Amino acid sequence: MTVDSTAARKPRRSSSKRAGKPAASPGQPELVQLLTPEGVRVEHPDYSIDLTPEELRGLYRDMVLTRRFDAEATTLQRQGELGLWASLLGQEAAQIGSGRATRPDDYVFPTYREHGVAWCRGVDPTNLLGMFRGVNHGGWDPNENNFHLYTIVIGSQALHATGYAMGVAKDGADSAVIAYFGDGASSQGDVAEAFTFSAVYNAPVVFFCQNNQWAISEPTERQTRVPLYQRAQGYGFPGVRVDGNDVLAVLAVTKAALERARTGQGPMLIEAFTYRMGAHTTSDDPTKYRRDEEREQWEAKDPILRLRAYLESEGNADETFFAELETEADALAKRVRDAVRTMPDPDNMAIFENIYADGHALVDEERAQFAAYQASFAEESN
Amino acid sequence: MAAEKLSIVKAINASLRTALETDPKVLIMGEDVGKLGGVFRVTDGLQKDFGEDRVIDTPLAESGIVGTAIGLALRGYRPVVEIQFDGFVFPAYDQIVTQLAKMHARALGKIKLPVVIRIPYGGAIGAVEHHSESPEALFAHVPGLKCVSPSNAADAYWMLQQAIQSDDPVIFFEPKRRYHDRSEVDTEAIPGPLHAARTARQGTDLTLAAYGPMVKTCLEAAAAAEEEGKSLEVLDLRSMSPIDFDAIQASVEKTRRLVIVHEAPVFLGTGSEIAARITERCFYHLEAPVLRVGGYHAPYPPSRLEDEYLPGLDRVLDAVDRALAY
Repeated sequence: MTVDSTAARKPRRSSSKRAGKPAASPGQPELVQLLTPEGVRVEHPDYSIDLTPEELRGLYRDMVLTRRFDAEATTLQRQGELGLWASLLGQEAAQIGSGRATRPDDYVFPTYREHGVAWCRGVDPTNLLGMFRGVNHGGWDPNENNFHLYTIVIGSQALHATGYAMGVAKDGADSAVIAYFGDGASSQGDVAEAFTFSAVYNAPVVFFCQNNQWAISEPTERQTRVPLYQRAQGYGFPGVRVDGNDVLAVLAVTKAALERARTGQGPMLIEAFTYRMGAHTTSDDPTKYRRDEEREQWEAKDPILRLRAYLESEGNADETFFAELETEADALAKRVRDAVRTMPDPDNMAIFENIYADGHALVDEERAQFAAYQASFAEESN
Repeated sequence: MAAEKLSIVKAINASLRTALETDPKVLIMGEDVGKLGGVFRVTDGLQKDFGEDRVIDTPLAESGIVGTAIGLALRGYRPVVEIQFDGFVFPAYDQIVTQLAKMHARALGKIKLPVVIRIPYGGAIGAVEHHSESPEALFAHVPGLKCVSPSNAADAYWMLQQAIQSDDPVIFFEPKRRYHDRSEVDTEAIPGPLHAARTARQGTDLTLAAYGPMVKTCLEAAAAAEEEGKSLEVLDLRSMSPIDFDAIQASVEKTRRLVIVHEAPVFLGTGSEIAARITERCFYHLEAPVLRVGGYHAPYPPSRLEDEYLPGLDRVLDAVDRALAY
């Protein structure tokens, strides 16, 4: 989907107070944007969106609650309740916009940072915390919300998504699949192979790359010499870069890409240009490799502030709305906190559960040995 | 078709055909498995009869093959993947070990991964590098995987049926040097359990335990030993994960001596685990240490040297003599 300069531009909404600057600056790659960092609504020749005030408030609510959940999880890690947390701070628009673009019958393959997408899919936030507390490795039922387990090995899930999409096509279903990964994962062979397989089989899969500029300590320049979205061209499908901090643009672009996939037009790559405001995980120290000024520049592009500015300027949300949302966020944080603090450790015997669907003699033998060993302590203490 | 004499290649082909006919969710995937029928012709004619949608020629990328097979399994399919040669599985090793093997546990049992990965393995075919290896221990070591290897056509047919029906990932090692050995296959028989060992030859003086291509070598060794008045029992283990230790134990309690034979390097190989466990289980029955015969701790050699590297009849009998000397 390249920009056709001859295409008629859609009229800018009459309510827009200021003209937005063109999305592409000279020398910079095209960036799809529908809401400027200042909260001004602008139009794009290829992607449009028309949302009701209620829908706009819904996106805002999703982003605020996701950020609050994420902050609470970081706090819980600092308090020792979680072993680790991978914060999505700054990527709320990329995740909520793309997550809300999916239909219930679509299937999502996340990395380990897709807390906002999980929220959109209806996965209870407390379910995401089990693996970070160390009570399981995921454990939610992927088929309940068509939201696969978090994948920790970088890029592996791009192939699972592609295979799943091949199955969707075989079934003649009209749903689509979306694979999440980051700028670091774009260097993985599995992502390249997923591009190849999806292209040659015309699989209904959307590759959603959140380029948050950093793969732990390595900047995007260590992963690529071309803008990532341009890689799609070499595989024979379209790629587009979207302002990843603009929830409206992300929603519009992802909806279009999913619809494209659903209607048999094959895969597409979306590069959501965003920024990891926090550390890679709670174990990381970004002061070792990046400057504060960079973060400050991105703070000016905050996804939540710009939508709030837009809601306020249009008169689509009042103080009551924001106050009630704050109360709701507090309640969510408390629910998450309570859930984590009361989350029970698994039973010791869980080590031996679900290794095989059809059983395995060695597992049976070792389970029995372990149970007897454990029981020997119980006898001694009697 | 009921009982007829088939090569292992034809038996696997018949088994895949049966699976494609009886379960619409079964898919065949791999490099050159379509029009060509695979480099060993194992899938010959299947794409013609079942179409490109079910017998799928894939891009030349092993991780991609296994990774997309995982995705297809998550969608409810039962992919049977062909890796062209043993030495080419390693680009897929990450997907197999970190994803395929662990996903059922990661999901607390809520999803299943019924994927079969067929790997022609082993040497003695005069091939170039990477075409003659026996990497089974690298897979048997991984919890979540099951590993089996048939030694004859009937087992090839039935064990593949059972592997495809299993809800667990199964690595199916095919003894490529025996691909054209023919034996009776009864497609209406009632097969035994997939992971049970089979007594290939009864004996009283010593047990030879092997699987895949080495079963025939051990049977030849037992026949030769008989001429010298030694009665060797031959166990066809059939499964490297799980291993039927009960069957080995029962045999060793009778013969009191055990020699394990495989093509793979001896060091940390399947035989090492068997030796350790049988020593523990049968300590007071053993008349000799458990011995292993296999490949050396060396890269698989150029084919002009492979007869020296691989266990042959004489090396097996040498180990038998050493065990009997105690």
